[in-house]
Formats: sequence, structure tokens, C-alpha cells
Amino acid sequence: MINKLVRSDAEAVADIHDGATVMIGGFGEAGSPIELIHRLIDLGSKNLTVVSNNTGSGNVGIAALIENRQVAKMICSFPRSTNSVVFPELYRAGEIELELVPQGTLAERIRAGGAGIPAFYTPSSVNTPLAEGKEIREFDGQAYVLEYGIKADFSLVKCHTADRYGNLTYHATARNFSPLMCTAATTTIVQAKHIVEAGEIDPEAVVTPGIFVNRVVHISDPEHESILVANGERYPR
Amino acid sequence: MNTVERKGWSRNEMAQKAAQDIPDGSYVNLGIGMPELIADHVPEDIEVVYHTENGLLGMGPVPEAGQEDIELINAGKKYVTATKGACFFHHADSFTMIRGGHLDISVLGALQVCEKGDLANWSTGKPGAIPAVGGAMDLVAGVKNVWVITDHVTKVGQFKLVNACSFPLTGKGVVDRVYTNLAVIEVTGEGLKVREMAPGITFEYLQEQTEPTLIQ
Repeated sequence: MINKLVRSDAEAVADIHDGATVMIGGFGEAGSPIELIHRLIDLGSKNLTVVSNNTGSGNVGIAALIENRQVAKMICSFPRSTNSVVFPELYRAGEIELELVPQGTLAERIRAGGAGIPAFYTPSSVNTPLAEGKEIREFDGQAYVLEYGIKADFSLVKCHTADRYGNLTYHATARNFSPLMCTAATTTIVQAKHIVEAGEIDPEAVVTPGIFVNRVVHISDPEHESILVANGERYPR
Repeated sequence: MNTVERKGWSRNEMAQKAAQDIPDGSYVNLGIGMPELIADHVPEDIEVVYHTENGLLGMGPVPEAGQEDIELINAGKKYVTATKGACFFHHADSFTMIRGGHLDISVLGALQVCEKGDLANWSTGKPGAIPAVGGAMDLVAGVKNVWVITDHVTKVGQFKLVNACSFPLTGKGVVDRVYTNLAVIEVTGEGLKVREMAPGITFEYLQEQTEPTLIQ
């Protein structure tokens, strides 16, 4: 019998090891799996490479993971925001590495990683500093840059509804990178607001097919990053 | 350096100029900041579908107070609504729309635009600045029409329309049209061609505020 439901968020992330590459879903706080991130902080794994669009805000979620000195390198498209303080300080001090990737290239690199495509050519970033040192090739008279797929050891994702097979649906713009990240990791770990019986999600409406998911944990009332930030909260508390 | 007097159109009037040029039925992506104002000025008798790269086609206006959904935001991470007929999708589909040439118009802000249509809008390249690119390089690479909306010069009077961009490029030869507080300017094979000037602005003044030679 297939049952991907695990009992606790701590158990779900327990084997994330030092040096792992971890993809974290979310665009800003929408779709950010804050409970899974906080359990990764509890676990304390170090020297992580984190793939996520942003670097978090305030002193919770991804920002707290960075502040806890667990992240050696960020691969992202937009490492600052209104309330982003942790990453900029460490970056200016030379204490965290940044690989800046155009947002569409980041999405496609993750998609390629999950789809068994090692590399691809894209027009984005040609003639800019982000294409320097990379292979450029012309197709039909237009220049394209070679970009490589990204795979991860773990992906951490938040979804709206899941079943025991790991079939997932998302809510609104919380979907963003998560369906791609589910495909690109050896172990995909999901926190779900709702767990339903197999068959209750309309097969036509499944966004992430369960084959891409390894573990699902039920977090019925997730915390909201913006509210924690507004309240000046930190993690660990 | 001292700040200079800002002449010509207000930010809302600039947004109105751009809004009037959007054809009925267009799929449009509006960048963060001044481009977002354009949506407030699109005539009611035309239908425009707004794309936001974080996964929504059919973005509607800001929700009423108390009606915000924390997981329904735009690329600027502000709360928005979804229109009737809207759809959500993941990032690979979103950038398929962008890079694959499916969107009609992208409107972006700018640090500098050169006379050949090169755009610099993501980094001043200064030491200590945190580089952040987001979706700008994908938008300029793939969207059919790329428009820039920006003040004509910087707050301290430096050229933004330049012979060659000194800041790191977002894309080369990508801008089609520029809306500033002083004028609407087309990027053509021959150079920057003035389509319209704000009331009270002379061509001579406009040229003084612009590094490359303008075409009248």
C-alpha cells in the first residue's frame, strides 16, 4: 500500500543532511512552507545550497534559515525585498554565496532538472552580465545562452490539498515554483493544509501528480510570514 | 547634487498615455512601480488581460480592506484579486507565456535606455548593492512589445535616455517605446523619434534633457 503521509513535520525533514541542495517553494510568502523551514532550523543541517526565488523577509522562514548560518549558497532571482535584512547583510559581508538567475531561467532550470533534460538554450540574459562566461549559440540568427538543469536532494513545498498518494492541488499564486520543484528533487516533502481520501481530488484537477511526491505532512493552520514579520517575531523564538 | 524641477506630465498622466496605446484584447504584463499605475487608466470600453509572472492571468484590482488573500499576490508581492475568467499556473507555464512570445505588451521601469533600445533596469552595479533581476530579462527577451515608463531624467538631472547604457544591461535592442514625463518616444532603426511632447515642453528643452540626438 502506498501512503506518503508522515506523522510530523519534524519527522518529514529529519534526513536533510549537511551539504544538501534544498529547493524551497514560494514567491514571497505565497506558497512558502514555513513550518517545514522552521523544522529544518530545529534540525540544524549546515552548508546547504538553497534554491528559492527569494531570500525571505524579517527573521522567520527562509530569512531565519539564512540567519541561523545554515545556508552556504542561494540560487535565486530576487534576493531582496522590503523587509529583507538578513541576506543583504551576510552577502555584503561576503558570508553567503549568491547565484543570481533570471526568474524564467530559474523556473526552466528546475523544470529541466525534473524532466531529465541536462541543459537548454534560452534568449533570457543574452548580452547581459548574467550570461558572461556561458556558451552562446545562434539559432535562426538569434543568440541564446546555455543554461543547465538543477536537481536537488530535497524539495520543501506547501500545498492546499493532498491525498495519501501525494497528489496535490495549490491555492491561487501559492503554486508558483512548487510543482516544478516537486519533480526535481530526490525527496519531495510537502506540507498540506488539507488531507483528503484518495479519490476526493478530481483527477482532472490534480496539479502535481503523486509520483513526484515522497512525504506529506498535515499542517492545518500554517503560520503566515507577513504576520510574523509584522509582529517582529524571530525563529528560533 | 541638487534635485531638479520635474516638468511635463504627472506620473498618472504618463500612465494614462501608455494606457491609451494598449489595443483592445491585449495580454499585458505590468512591471513593479510606475507601470502598475497604467491599469488604473485603461479605458473601460476595452478589455485587457493582465499577466503577473508569479502565476496569474486575469489579475484584477487591489482587494477591499479585509478581503485580502495572503496567497493571492502580484509580482510586487502586493495583494491583488483574480478577475472572472482568470487562471492560475506554475512558473514554467508563466514564463512560457513570457519567453514564448505569447504576451503582447510588457511595460517596465528603467534606469537607462539607449538610442538602440538597450535597457538597464535591474542593477546600478555599485559595490554593496544587492543584485536582483526577477523576471525582467525574460520579459524583454520574449514579449512582443516592450515599453518603458520612466521619468525623463534622474532626480538629480542625469540622463536616463543615453547614447550607451553604463549600468548592467537587462537586454540589448529590446525597447520599442518610452513614456516619460516630457514625451512619448519611439525607438526606431534610425534612433529615438519623438511622437508626442507634454504640454509646454519644447523640442529644444527635450533635446537638452536627452543625451542622444532626437528625431523630430
